[in-house]
Amino acid sequence: MKVANLIRIALRALQRNKLRAFLTMLGIIIGVGAVITMMSIGEGSKQSIQSSLSSMGSNMITIQPQSNRTGGVRIASSEVQVLTLSDVRVLRRDATLLTAISPQASTNGQVIKGAMNWSTSLQGVSPEYFDIRKLTVREGIAFTEDDVRSAAKVCLLGQTVVENLFGSNEDPIGQIIRFNKIPFQVIGILAAKGQSSFGQDQDDVIIAPYTTVQKRVLAITHFQNIYASAVSEEASEAATDEIVRLLRENHRLRPEDEDDFRVRTQAELINTLSSTSSMMTVLLTAVAGISLVIGGIGIMNIMYVSVTERTREIGLRMSIGARGMDILMQFLIEAIMISVTGGLIGVFLGISASLLVAYTLGWPIVISQSSIVLSFLVCAFTGVFFGYYPAQKASRLDPIEALRYE
Amino acid sequence: MSEKILQIQDLKREFRMGTEVVRALKGLSFDVAAGEFVTIMGSSGSGKTTLLNILGCLDKPTDGAYLLDGVNVKDLNRDELARFRNVKIGFVFQSYNLLPRTSAIENVELPLLYNPAIGSKERRERAIHALEAVKLAERLDHTPSQLSGGQQQRVAIARALVNEPVMILADEATGNLDTRTSYEIMALMQELNQEQNKTIIFVTHEPDIAAFSSRTVMLRDGKLQTDTQNQAIKSAREALAALPESDDY
Ligand SMILES: Nc1ncnc2c1ncn2[C@@H]1O[C@H](COP(=O)(O)OP(=O)(O)OP(=O)(O)O)[C@@H](O)[C@H]1O
Ligand SMILES: [Mg+2]
Repeated sequence: MKVANLIRIALRALQRNKLRAFLTMLGIIIGVGAVITMMSIGEGSKQSIQSSLSSMGSNMITIQPQSNRTGGVRIASSEVQVLTLSDVRVLRRDATLLTAISPQASTNGQVIKGAMNWSTSLQGVSPEYFDIRKLTVREGIAFTEDDVRSAAKVCLLGQTVVENLFGSNEDPIGQIIRFNKIPFQVIGILAAKGQSSFGQDQDDVIIAPYTTVQKRVLAITHFQNIYASAVSEEASEAATDEIVRLLRENHRLRPEDEDDFRVRTQAELINTLSSTSSMMTVLLTAVAGISLVIGGIGIMNIMYVSVTERTREIGLRMSIGARGMDILMQFLIEAIMISVTGGLIGVFLGISASLLVAYTLGWPIVISQSSIVLSFLVCAFTGVFFGYYPAQKASRLDPIEALRYE
Repeated sequence: MSEKILQIQDLKREFRMGTEVVRALKGLSFDVAAGEFVTIMGSSGSGKTTLLNILGCLDKPTDGAYLLDGVNVKDLNRDELARFRNVKIGFVFQSYNLLPRTSAIENVELPLLYNPAIGSKERRERAIHALEAVKLAERLDHTPSQLSGGQQQRVAIARALVNEPVMILADEATGNLDTRTSYEIMALMQELNQEQNKTIIFVTHEPDIAAFSSRTVMLRDGKLQTDTQNQAIKSAREALAALPESDDY
């Protein structure tokens, strides 16, 4: 028996029932399409998280307070007041693997300029912060160590704040704005950074010397964060150890005490977020995969119906010389043709849907070859797997009984 | 004319239905020579279909020998039986058994698709030739639903002929047809038998059909009752001419 003939036979059988073949295919089409779309979206968001986090500086290190159990009561980390200027001094003096260190004291509030007002966040930092976060000043100048020392009421505005407080032909530089009633002079505007990978607008921010924010706005002496840059990305692990050692010493923690702060490297953050996003991708793909399996069961179901319905045809084919193997192959090829054709349409649909998502919703997508190859293989396998049993049933029919079947 | 195309000796076929055993054939022996036109007759349940299925290699006897073209069918496995059905036997059924929504030519091509020795060009030519032989050359692309019963049966006969089998087996091939159409089919059978020297074994209920054959085997209760050579073979073509003009009801 020639394979070409078997394919011809299977094709003719499918042509006799085009609508049914198409409806059977639909499950596979949707399944493959969904798998590819989900994997494209998942992979796209993963890569965009990675690239936007690296653009923030891949050697950035964040130190945050962390409540510990030694006091018996656990309190929210934002209320823990362990990070102080003394920590910053110690790190500046003794840390060998850090190039820049900036404390951060920040708060949210209302900013007013004339009749305009806007709710935003005020971040008190040191001049090194610009280096650490890779911020650039588009217009005007950054503040200096002198401004920090004198707690000068100067600030730099992010693009979003500028847009919401000033008209398009107004020059913000030199103007006075009020944050929670405290006047600040605008000395610079930051270059736009766009959305962060968490969907936060990174331009919706006002930056001022930390001393100003601590003393004049919040009246506190601690910091919410300390940012630092390791000498290199590779050194960030060692830098972390160094920070932990220095801060534990400075906080006078006994060896059995837990850390009252937490040091996180950017690399670690990238890993955490990418693995979260990978997990989402896996979940979404699994859901889409289920629809592929359901599509496969659809094939099996229709093939069973088809075998029963075509019992006489099978009997006839056997009576004119078809071997069991020929019948098996015919039905198997029919199933594979349905699933592979459905798979091809599904691949096309999946790519189209991914592109549609990218253009209409502006989501980052990455159509990976592996997702196409994978889902295509899965659906070809589905055809073989779910087509085999009905085909085998057909091939084992007794020709006489099949011919007599009503 | 004396070459034995099939020989059966003490052929038995039993069906086991739970504890009960139905003995459909109870020791049947006869030979058929190449070029004979044999009708098999007998009352309902006498074992005609059972016998024909065995002769057609669709079924195997419980006991006894069956030699087709010198080969003992008992020694063949499932696939070899299929091959025999493909190249040695042409089946014609009472209910035509054409594939629905499939053109006449494709129906006729079907046995050739299971014959690896034949390429697509030869397949087409042979199918057209077979349809010409049954006088359906202008109906190549008609599907069964676009053909009359007699025409459908002729397509089925063309399908049986297309692989050039050594014998044609027909089980009540005229059972669903009116007298005129039955005679047309018989005329065709006679033509195949006399002009192409095809061996034909034809199961029927009707004595007037049997009159067109050269020999009649009568079965009764799974046994051979009579086996008679037909001395005065009627010509189906003449019988057809003698029919009143419109005997259709
Ligand atoms: N698959 C089977 N299982 C059990 N019994 C069977 C089977 N096939 C045939 N028989 C029995 O064998 C006997 C002969 O049946 P067969 O079909 O050969 O008769 P027939 O001569 O063709 O009758 P008819 O003229 O009605 O077609 C019957 O008694 C029938 O019940
Ligand atoms: Mg019968």
